[in-house]
Amino acid sequence: MKITLKVWRQKNKDTKGAFKTYQVDHASPDMSFLEMIDVLNTDLIKKGEESIAFDHDCREGICGMCSLYINGHPHGPLQTTTCQLHMRTFKDGETITVEPWRANAFPVIKDLVVDRSAFDRIQQAGGYVNVNTGGVPDANMIPISKKIADEAFDAATCIGCGACVAACKNASAMLFVSAKVSQFALLPQGQVERKERAEKMIAQMDAEGFGSCTNTYACEAECPKGIKVANIARMNREYFGAMLSSYEVSSGGGGE
Amino acid sequence: MKLDSKIPEGPLAEKWSKHKFNLKLVNPANKRKYEVIVVGTGLAGASAAASLGELGYNVKAFCFQDSPRRAHSIAAQGGINAAKNYQNDGDSVYRLFYDTIKGGDYRAREANVHRLAESSVSIIDQCVAQGVPFAREYGGLLANRSFGGAQVSRTFYARGQTGQQLLLGAYSALNRQIANGKVQMYNRTEMLDVVIVDGKARGIITRDLLTGKIESHSAHAVLLCTGGYGNVFYLSTNAKGSNVTAAWRAHKRGAFFGNPCFTQIHPTCIPVSGDHQSKLTLMSESLRNDGRVWVPKKAMPGLKGIDAVKVPESERDYFLERKYPSFGNLVPRDVASRNAKIVCDEGRGVGSGLAVFLDFTDAIKRVGEDTIRAKYGNLFDMYAQITGENPYKGPMMIYPAVHYTMGGLWVDYNLMTNVPGLYALGEANFSDHGANRLGASALMQGLADGYFVIPYTVGDYLANIGWADKVGTDHPAFKEAIQSSEDRMNKLVNIKGKKTVDEFHRQLGLTMWEYCGMSRSEQGLKKAKQIIQDIKKEFWTNVNVLGTTTELNQELEKANRVADFIELGELMVDDALARAESCGGHFREESQTPEGEALRKDDEFAFVSAWEFKGENQPEELHKEELRFENVKLTQRSYK
Repeated sequence: MKITLKVWRQKNKDTKGAFKTYQVDHASPDMSFLEMIDVLNTDLIKKGEESIAFDHDCREGICGMCSLYINGHPHGPLQTTTCQLHMRTFKDGETITVEPWRANAFPVIKDLVVDRSAFDRIQQAGGYVNVNTGGVPDANMIPISKKIADEAFDAATCIGCGACVAACKNASAMLFVSAKVSQFALLPQGQVERKERAEKMIAQMDAEGFGSCTNTYACEAECPKGIKVANIARMNREYFGAMLSSYEVSSGGGGE
Repeated sequence: MKLDSKIPEGPLAEKWSKHKFNLKLVNPANKRKYEVIVVGTGLAGASAAASLGELGYNVKAFCFQDSPRRAHSIAAQGGINAAKNYQNDGDSVYRLFYDTIKGGDYRAREANVHRLAESSVSIIDQCVAQGVPFAREYGGLLANRSFGGAQVSRTFYARGQTGQQLLLGAYSALNRQIANGKVQMYNRTEMLDVVIVDGKARGIITRDLLTGKIESHSAHAVLLCTGGYGNVFYLSTNAKGSNVTAAWRAHKRGAFFGNPCFTQIHPTCIPVSGDHQSKLTLMSESLRNDGRVWVPKKAMPGLKGIDAVKVPESERDYFLERKYPSFGNLVPRDVASRNAKIVCDEGRGVGSGLAVFLDFTDAIKRVGEDTIRAKYGNLFDMYAQITGENPYKGPMMIYPAVHYTMGGLWVDYNLMTNVPGLYALGEANFSDHGANRLGASALMQGLADGYFVIPYTVGDYLANIGWADKVGTDHPAFKEAIQSSEDRMNKLVNIKGKKTVDEFHRQLGLTMWEYCGMSRSEQGLKKAKQIIQDIKKEFWTNVNVLGTTTELNQELEKANRVADFIELGELMVDDALARAESCGGHFREESQTPEGEALRKDDEFAFVSAWEFKGENQPEELHKEELRFENVKLTQRSYK
């Protein structure tokens, strides 16, 4: 296969970037998209040109590190991660445009590499159950209906890649945040801190500069793990519930 | 130097409880005076960092990825073993211990493995409390399945994404400690060296992958939770970034490397499709429960799945069923892998020649396509996505791939290397799987080490040295280590040779696969040693790393890692040469039964090999830790 690639090149976060055009003359339909870029990078190094920087790690669709915006879609035309996209999806002779994720909250570091640390900070704001190691009840102490467990699992499969943000015209992170809020709102283990969690994670999401949700559902359409927008509705409900009731305790309990 | 495994005295089942009581404790008010470094944020690293932070220690955690959540534990599919006996089918801590020792072909320590089985029970409780959504029955209780030929159902799972869910659980606990200020997290930061002063580990040297800045961090103890070294084979099921650098640099600073030749090769991976291949993808071995493995009796080069249906039964060789009538397609991983290699070496491989069929036709006839789809739908989809072929219309093609490394840094019962203050957890140590790891045991070990072993054992070390026993980063040893790391980076970008890093890595991988892979011989290993030495020489004079050391430079990162893989490769070959027996994942052609099966030699080789670095280009010294079996009787495996 012969492919023409238009790739975003940017030296570092402080310099201006631009598209550069490359020819890949010996792509094979069996290559993954990232392997095609590996081949291009080898060609570039042989010519004395610096290789294209891009994030990737597991190359089996689960780590969430790969993040290419291909022909106007995060992770390209299929609903997969970039590493699970194969060249057989494209036509011989096609021109393919490759960009980094575009969002204010995901600044470009170099070429196709962006900074997604905002996602970590949102999780640190409340994406956990406050339990220490040890001293927990037996795993079968609290039965959980299969339906609820399965629904929580579906939300928990989010890989944190950021395709939802890249797909959204508002660069909203609602799908990502709601997946974690939903997982814990559904499970009994998450009940105790349910309200604070929704409030804190949403506050951090706003502080990071992500946009608002206007229900275009572009996030769901592009999510490689099929996370549903129903999670966003659930998060909104959690948030309103949290705002309507005061959970703050006026003074520390006991011990005085 | 004598290796002291520090295995506690007393009956097997009481060793860990007694040992925990005998360990010194750090006063709660003094914990905040200690600093601990954790390198790697997979199951072992994230669980250790979170648990130590909860106890009150000040933790610095490091990962080379952009987020701790991306560590490669995330990719584990199958499940996690635990001796809960929720199914009332006869499981117990002792049975899990026994299966793990036997599965490891009697090359692991009894005491460590028993502790692992004991801890397994608490792991499941902990994960559920964190909100890990394990699979459940309709009654609301946890579901189990039997895995990897085990006779009891003790595997807990979260669809085919158990590793992901467990890692995200540990990641959430880690995030909580980051938010509490007890863990300071360094993303996109790679460890380059460990600093040892007066014989104790005192800190590490790191490189900020975004700016290239080389920095030093001091601490009272250093925990390496940096995973395995399967990428020495270039192609493996590991993530592209998985590397041996942290463990290898520790080794070169004095930590012994245990059983480096013990690697696990998984039989059900998707075959290589061409020279461009960058990694291999595993499909759960549960597929062998219903799939039948075969190749044509006579070579049919290039035969594809879609045409295989036309090959009459009489011309097919179901070689596993033929050779192992009682276990058939369910023989252990090493046996299935080696036999696939044998038929391909005979020229009977299908597809590219390096593949065998895994055929579901009979299963579909027996239970219907819908049942097969319900059981394996996600795996069939994955296969179709990667290969572009429909596995419902013709058999899948599979071939073995490197999956896990049982070897790693030598540690004692406390998970401490022979360097005081330097620990290794999870896949990075050699500890619990002997010569062969059982399915669903890797996740168990990573979390046992991090949640339930290290919080006790590191406390004992810290209490003994005292919080005042710390060396600052202004010590000359840190300066020397920074200088040597900077020199190395500068050297790599200034060679300006002709070959890319990947070309060297691929060449190393092919050599390891050919001579130190599924089947090893003295002659082949000696040849491999020579080839690897040549690769090393050429690498340091002819590698081409463009760009500078003071920016995000992915070629430089790779070059730095591949240089270490080359040296490790040579040690693996040395270890394989020294172990002139077949055991577990290590098959020595000189040591087989008349029927061509693995022959273990317990009289000569019931030991852990622990290699000591003796200087650049010097032969390493082999130390042997004798393995004593007081509870189990050693038997030869047989699957006939």
